[in-house]
Amino acid sequence: MRAVRAAETAPTLHPWLVHAKELRVRADRHLAVDGLDLTLTAGVHGVLGPNGAGKTTLMRALSTVVKPAGGSLTLLGAQVDGRADLREVRRKLGYLPQEFGFYPRFTVREFIAYMAWLKEMPKTAIPDAVQRAIDRVGLTTKADARMKTLSGGMLRRAGIAQAIVNDPELLLLDEPTVGLDPEQRLDFRDLLRDLGADSCVLVSTHLVEDVVAACTDVILMNEGRLLFQGTPDDLIARGGQGDAGDSPAERGYSALLRRHRSNA
Amino acid sequence: MTHPTTTVLARYAEGGHGLDDAALWSIEVHLDACANCRESLAAKATPATTDLLDRVAVSLGQAIEASPSPTRQRTPAAAVHRRWLAWTLLPWLAVTVAVLGCGVLLDSAEPSLPSLVLLLAPVAPLPGVAVAWSRRTDPAWELIATTPAAGLAMVLRRTLAVLVVVLPALLVAGVSTGTSLALTLLPCLAFTGATLVLGALVGVRRAAIGLAVVWSAAVLLPSVAAQSLSPVLQPGSTADWVVATVALAAITPLAATHFRRLTSGN
Ligand SMILES: [Zn+2]
Repeated sequence: MRAVRAAETAPTLHPWLVHAKELRVRADRHLAVDGLDLTLTAGVHGVLGPNGAGKTTLMRALSTVVKPAGGSLTLLGAQVDGRADLREVRRKLGYLPQEFGFYPRFTVREFIAYMAWLKEMPKTAIPDAVQRAIDRVGLTTKADARMKTLSGGMLRRAGIAQAIVNDPELLLLDEPTVGLDPEQRLDFRDLLRDLGADSCVLVSTHLVEDVVAACTDVILMNEGRLLFQGTPDDLIARGGQGDAGDSPAERGYSALLRRHRSNA
Repeated sequence: MTHPTTTVLARYAEGGHGLDDAALWSIEVHLDACANCRESLAAKATPATTDLLDRVAVSLGQAIEASPSPTRQRTPAAAVHRRWLAWTLLPWLAVTVAVLGCGVLLDSAEPSLPSLVLLLAPVAPLPGVAVAWSRRTDPAWELIATTPAAGLAMVLRRTLAVLVVVLPALLVAGVSTGTSLALTLLPCLAFTGATLVLGALVGVRRAAIGLAVVWSAAVLLPSVAAQSLSPVLQPGSTADWVVATVALAAITPLAATHFRRLTSGN
């Protein structure tokens, strides 16, 4: 439970929390996102796609790390392409990059507090917010351990904790379940559902099962474009008995890709 | 405020028999807010209740004594990060200071040669500035670049940390070799400003490397080869260095928009 801020119940002027139109984003030299149209509201959105589909580049553009090469991008009602001031949007952002860099000599608590400070949270609110984020990802007993002593799965959870410490309105998680054991993945799905209740969560993953279990919405990307957007049930409905995959959702995933490739 | 009657309170104290749920709740809500009624309730407590309360108080006291006392929030994260930055910069700053030290020694050993302290002063801050804002030395770069605190102010703070070490080192080197202090310190500041302005366009690291190469090729090496100090470091050029330093300092804030994102040259 958490207190509802006035700003959250106030009517918003923007119908979409994320709105990309003809978005183009460069990764190194080539356009990894090339003409993407996407609109997202609150909820948990799972981003699927083969390697090189542009998932990570999309996440980096949404996190405001890289500037779009073309098209328009609006986050939480604010234009973020071009030379816009990004401070206001960045305060409401949470981001876990695919390669999560950290300071090995910091403790988990120090690192998350440092991130909270960079996110310009009120100083007095930081200690409690840090503790709560650590508790939510199940790292309570490791809060004062140095980052370099953590296992891969614990590091990933510390990464999630720094992303959610400021109760972001837009949360971007790039491959958050890498290194988590099956039980931790189940806990993580619960956390996702909880987070998606009042913010827009984007989870990029290669695990179709995570998406079906925890997401309200599936986004399938291929070659820098949006191939499919719908509910997990829609995805499942696309699959037939003859399609590759171990589960109905995987069969739907491979059916969509196969159909696209045979049309191209 | 309507207070519960004495009979009702007495019945509540005995366990609330004969009171329905709604009545119990309204008494509890009232007790929460009314100290007087809490007092009269305490006076009506049964021996069993007082006994229970005493036992709870004793065991609570023991538990508090046995558990570790609450720690105060230790060093704030910002201070921890300053320590990290200091450790990252330290090797580079140590090399810079050592090179300046060698310059001082050579200057005093061979006074006929052009002053190495003067020739090295403009490039002295560049290694530190390049390292202070680089994704190669800051593992959390990508995270930091998405926070509202990222931007020119952060770059300037880190640059200042470099200058705090380099400027006094140059001052000492200049005084000990008797070179012009203006021509030692001004080029250092001008090149720092130029690195940031150019860095806004191509990345700070690339800018630092480029400026160091240009300075070495155009001034440092020719001066050493010709055994005479380049005209740009002669006393007559002080005014030009003042103008350049002020101009670059004035332009730097205009570069702010370029420091909000991850530039590939850093
Ligand atoms: Zn009363």
